[in-house]
Amino acid sequence: MEILGQLLNTTLVFSTALIFAALGGIFSERSGVVNIGLEGLMMFGAFAAAVGGYYAQEAGMGEWAPWVGVLSAMAVGVIGSLIHAVASITFKADQTISGTVINFLAAGSTLYMVKLIFDGSGETPLIDGFSKVSIPGLSKIPVIGEGIFNSYPTTYLAIILVIVIYFVLFKTPFGLRLRAVGEHPSAADTLGVNVNKMRYVGVMLSGMLAGIGGATITLTTTGTFAHNTISGQGFIAIAAMIFGKWNPLGAFGAAVFFGLSQAIRNYVQLFEWSKSIPQEFIFMIPYVLTIIVLVSAVGRSSAPKALGEPYDPSKR
Amino acid sequence: MSRIKKIFATDSYVIPVVAILMGFLVGAIVMLIGGYDPVAAYSALFKRVFGSPYDFGEAVREMTPLMLTGLAVAFAFRSGMFNIGADGQVMIGMTAASVVGIKLGGILPAFLLVPLAVIAAGVCGGLWAGIAGYLKAKRGINEVITTIMLNWIALFLSNYIVRTFLLLQGQNRSEDNPASLSMTFLFSTFDNARLHWGTVIALAAASFFYIYLWKTKQGYEMRAVGLNPHAAEYAGMNVGRNVIKAMFISGVFAGLAGAGEVLGVFHYQSVFAASPGYGFDGIAVALLGLTHPLGVILAAILYGTLTYGSAGMSFGADVPPELIRIVIGSIIFFIAAQGIVRWVLKPFYFKRKKEKVL
Repeated sequence: MEILGQLLNTTLVFSTALIFAALGGIFSERSGVVNIGLEGLMMFGAFAAAVGGYYAQEAGMGEWAPWVGVLSAMAVGVIGSLIHAVASITFKADQTISGTVINFLAAGSTLYMVKLIFDGSGETPLIDGFSKVSIPGLSKIPVIGEGIFNSYPTTYLAIILVIVIYFVLFKTPFGLRLRAVGEHPSAADTLGVNVNKMRYVGVMLSGMLAGIGGATITLTTTGTFAHNTISGQGFIAIAAMIFGKWNPLGAFGAAVFFGLSQAIRNYVQLFEWSKSIPQEFIFMIPYVLTIIVLVSAVGRSSAPKALGEPYDPSKR
Repeated sequence: MSRIKKIFATDSYVIPVVAILMGFLVGAIVMLIGGYDPVAAYSALFKRVFGSPYDFGEAVREMTPLMLTGLAVAFAFRSGMFNIGADGQVMIGMTAASVVGIKLGGILPAFLLVPLAVIAAGVCGGLWAGIAGYLKAKRGINEVITTIMLNWIALFLSNYIVRTFLLLQGQNRSEDNPASLSMTFLFSTFDNARLHWGTVIALAAASFFYIYLWKTKQGYEMRAVGLNPHAAEYAGMNVGRNVIKAMFISGVFAGLAGAGEVLGVFHYQSVFAASPGYGFDGIAVALLGLTHPLGVILAAILYGTLTYGSAGMSFGADVPPELIRIVIGSIIFFIAAQGIVRWVLKPFYFKRKKEKVL
């Protein structure tokens, strides 16, 4: 039982970054802008969190330093996403291409700046990240207490955001407009919604959230930023978003699923029966399962209808 | 010849060329902000590539997989799909070439062994990509998600095969592969740079790409499906079959890149710690090359020159080699957002028009 609680806890640690980034992806894609650049936006966030957190720590901010890291990640994530927004919305560039550009610029510029700021070092100095916070009372519940209510503050934030964003998207006028712009931009335009403005908002929110996602990795897992800090997490977040059918709750489920599979790696060696299975097959499980689940249950994808199409009022 | 002239006579080359110049300019500005000397850095970059026969040969070696993965991504793009999975297809191609080369090495003579290993790499890469094509065609499952998943599965599957069946005692890599694509007759000219037949295969693949898509009926169908699947279906084309076929061919290109790396460059296969990233470079090359085979070759030359030369930049001018990614990213950005380039060019166009009036 104890191990189950620990497994759940580790699962959430690995899921948190994916949840943030997938939520970001949902904002962008629900507004009709493909965001292949989540990987790069996470990289920007992870970098900014490491640098911002480092300087805040140097300035003696103690426990608040990681939060400065999160704020820097949000800001840098938004700036990064603006490149994507300008290219794909204003200049009507192919959205897949401009998302790829974000990945490229992020990989290049973050390491360039790390080397510039820290005298040629390929890695930022190690900082103290967040520590786990147990919620009084709730953390005493068996399994769930250890698993959920003794987590990093970012994990709590992620779970709260899933619910908040679900309501924002599906129960508020803003959410309705955002989705309308992604489904049928010309109709939304006729009703007086500023299509391009909504899309800018969607993309910038995606940059902000993916930035926090990246920050989560440096501030809870690695403690530093280097070239391999993100390595594919952004693409997994995209998968989680599609897997979750562009719905915050679905994406949350998918992110936890991927987090679980990463966590299983840490625990699988503990059991006698699992030692005989080659480790590669255990590593493969989540990816194979994803495909199987997609084939058997989920079926046709339900992407926003106008996803990937720049809005051109003259073609209405 | 007249066709080549036509390509360069049209306006279409102006925007990429200006985009490249603007990308270099952005790189220079970033260097100036960082307190580096852009002139020294860029000259060190080109000196590194063209300075010695060895480096030139190695730069060509660097360009080869880029051409093939670029073609792979571009081919899928032309058929309306985004193949993020070239990386996995390269790994599967490598593994197939390793298995065939090492396991049949003592049995078959070289003139059979080498082609067989290359074909196995291409076919296995194609089949690997074909899985994503099949799932898209038959189940409507987004190829972006399946190719991402298949990348990871390919990584672990390759590692498993190398570790279990091909491992060199006590090492983290396979035994030496007796099949070789090396162009040994060129080694003395290029100071032992690792040139290999993969480069020729890549050029052949590009020609195939062009002829197939623009000169055959099947290719016409494929482009039609890429441009508008609904219209193609209405016209009586089998969209699903084209999707599977396009992904298969795309995967063959990537698989061949893997064969070139294993049989021509390393002559063994390592257990990968992480995804090697060939596929992601391929995306950039395909986009730089405007998804046209000739463009992809030119883009691979540019990309290869810049990445190989970036090491020289860091030795010669102390500039972090990552800068080159900013340059490449900016170039793709300006090519994608052509509006910006047109805006920059506007005054020049305006002037030209005025002259005509006069």
